[in-house]
Amino acid sequence: MVDDKLKKNIFIVNFSRPAERLIEWLLALSASLSILTTLTIVSILLVESYTFFKEVPVLDFLFGTEWKPLYTPRSFGVLPLVAGTFITSLIACLIAMPFGLLTAIYLSQYASKKIRSIIKPLLEILVGIPTVVYGYFALYFITPILKNFIPQLNVFNALSAGIVMGIMIIPVVSSISEDAMSAVPRVLREGAYALGATKLEATFKVVIPAALSGIIASFILAISRAFGETMIVAMAAGSTPVLTLNPLQSVQTMTGYIVQVSLGDTPFGSIGYKTIFAVALLLFLLTLILNIIGKTLVKWRRTTY
Amino acid sequence: MEKNNLLVERPIKCRIRYKYILDKAFKEVTLLASIISVLILAFFLGGIFLKGYRWLDWQFLTGVPSRFPEKAGILPALIGSVWLVILTAAFAIPLGIAAAIYLEEYSKKGVLSDLINLNISNLAGVPSIIYGIIGLAVFVRFLAFDRSILSGALTMSLLILPVIIITSQEAIKAVPRDQWEASLALGATKWQTIRHAVLPSAFPGIITGIILALARAIGETAPLITIGALAFIVNIPRTPMDPFTVLPIQIYNWASRPQKEFSEVAAAAIIVLLLLYLILNATAVIFRKKTEKRIR
Repeated sequence: MVDDKLKKNIFIVNFSRPAERLIEWLLALSASLSILTTLTIVSILLVESYTFFKEVPVLDFLFGTEWKPLYTPRSFGVLPLVAGTFITSLIACLIAMPFGLLTAIYLSQYASKKIRSIIKPLLEILVGIPTVVYGYFALYFITPILKNFIPQLNVFNALSAGIVMGIMIIPVVSSISEDAMSAVPRVLREGAYALGATKLEATFKVVIPAALSGIIASFILAISRAFGETMIVAMAAGSTPVLTLNPLQSVQTMTGYIVQVSLGDTPFGSIGYKTIFAVALLLFLLTLILNIIGKTLVKWRRTTY
Repeated sequence: MEKNNLLVERPIKCRIRYKYILDKAFKEVTLLASIISVLILAFFLGGIFLKGYRWLDWQFLTGVPSRFPEKAGILPALIGSVWLVILTAAFAIPLGIAAAIYLEEYSKKGVLSDLINLNISNLAGVPSIIYGIIGLAVFVRFLAFDRSILSGALTMSLLILPVIIITSQEAIKAVPRDQWEASLALGATKWQTIRHAVLPSAFPGIITGIILALARAIGETAPLITIGALAFIVNIPRTPMDPFTVLPIQIYNWASRPQKEFSEVAAAAIIVLLLLYLILNATAVIFRKKTEKRIR
C-alpha cells in the first residue's frame, strides 16, 4: 500500500518536470513576442519605405520643401510636415516644461504627503484622458477663446493644438523631474539649509543642478511624446502642409498626414499609400532617438549617487 | 550681479526677510502651477458637460448614427468599443502576464534579458499611430483580417502589451522573497510556487496595470483610424470579423462636421466615453489601495 503511494508520487514528480519545461517554453515564447513586434515594426517600415525611395530619391524627400503627394504634379518634400510637427511640439513644450518643472518642484520640495497624494493621481488622470477629448478642447474651446485676442487666427492653427498638447504632457515632465529631484540625497539639501538657504535657494542652487540629467530627460521624453501625438493635431491644427513656423496658420504634422491618408481612399500599393510608411519611418526614428537619449539620461542620473 | 550689490548695502535683517518672502511667494507659484492644469481641465470638462448633456437620452444611447443630429446615436460605436476592449484583453492579458513572469522569474539576468527589457521600454514609447500602420500592413493586408474588430483588437494588443508587461513585472518584483522561499521549502516546484505563492500576492498590482492599459485602449483613436475603422456604421457588429467603429472615432467624426448640433452630439458622446474611462480608473484606484494595504 505504502509502496503503491510512493510509486504514484514518484510518477507524478517525474511527469511534472516536462510540464514545467513546457510552461517555461510557453512563457519564453510570450516574452520573445516583444522582440518579434520590434522586428516587425522595423522591417515593415523599412521594406515599404524602400519601395517608396526607389521612386523618390531620399534627399528629395528629406530636404524638399513642397509636400503634394496625392495630386499631380506630385512633390514629396517632407519638410512642411516636419515643420508642422516642430511648431506644434515647440508650443507644447513652452507650456509643459515650465509648468511641469514648477509642479515637480512643488511636489518634491514643498508639498506635504497628503497634498501629494491628492495632486499626483489628478495629474495621472490628465495624461490618460483620451486624446480625442483634448482635440475637442482645442477645437471648440481654446481656438474660440484665442480668437477674441488674435482676430487673424485661422480656425485650424498650430497655436491651440500646441497649447492643449502642452497641458496634456505637463505630467510627463512633472513625474520624471519629480523622481529625479526626490532622488537627490537629503544630505545635500540639509547641507544647504544648514548654511542658511531657504527652500527656494536650495532648490535652484543644489537640487536642480544635482537632478539636471533627470530634468533634461523629462523634457526630451515630453518632446518625443509631442512628436507622436496624433488626434489633437489632426483635429485642431489643420491639414495644410506648408513650410511655416507661423503658429496662427493651419499646418499639417507628420501624424496628421498619416490620419488624412487613412481617412481618404488612397489605393493600396500606390505611391500615395507608400508615403505613409516613409513618413512613419521618419517619425519612428525621431521618437526612438529621443526616447533612447531620455532613458539613458534617467539611468545615468541613478548611477551617479 | 548688480542685484547682489544692492542687497549687500541693505541691512542684513531686511535681506533675510526678503529671502523668506521670496521663498513663500515661490511656494505659492509652484502650487498654482501644479493645480492650474487640473483646473483648466475641470473647466473644460464642465464646458463639455453643459454642451452635451441635453443630447444624452435613451434614444442617443440606443440609436445609430444619422445625418440628422437629433436622431444620431452611439450604439454601434459603444458595442464596437466593448468588443474591442474584450478581445484586446483576451489577447494582451495572458501574453503580458506570461512575458512578465518569464522576465522576472525564469530568464537569467544578463545581456539578453537586459535587451528584452530595453526593447519593451522602447516599445512603450513608440507613437500609437505607428502601431496602426503596422496593424494595417500585418493584420488588415497580410493576414487579410480586413478592417475587422479582430484586426483592431490585435493592433491594440500590441500597443498595450508593453504597458501590461512593465506593470506586471513591477508587481511581481514587489512580492516578498520569503514567500517564494517558503513555498520551495515545502517542496513545491518552480511553477507551483509562481502559480500559488507569487501570482496571488502580485495580483492586485497586475490588475491595476491591466485596467489602466484597457482604459488607454478604450480611448485610443489614431491607430484604429489607420487600420481603417469606419465612422459611419449603422449595423451593430456581431462577430469579430465585422467592420466596426469605436466611440473615439465616432466623436472625431462628429466633431469634424461643420454643424453646431453635431459638435454638441460629439460632446454628449465624450461624456459617455469619459464615464467609461473614469469607471475603469476608479476600479484601478481601488485595487491599488488594496495593494498598498497588503504591503503594509
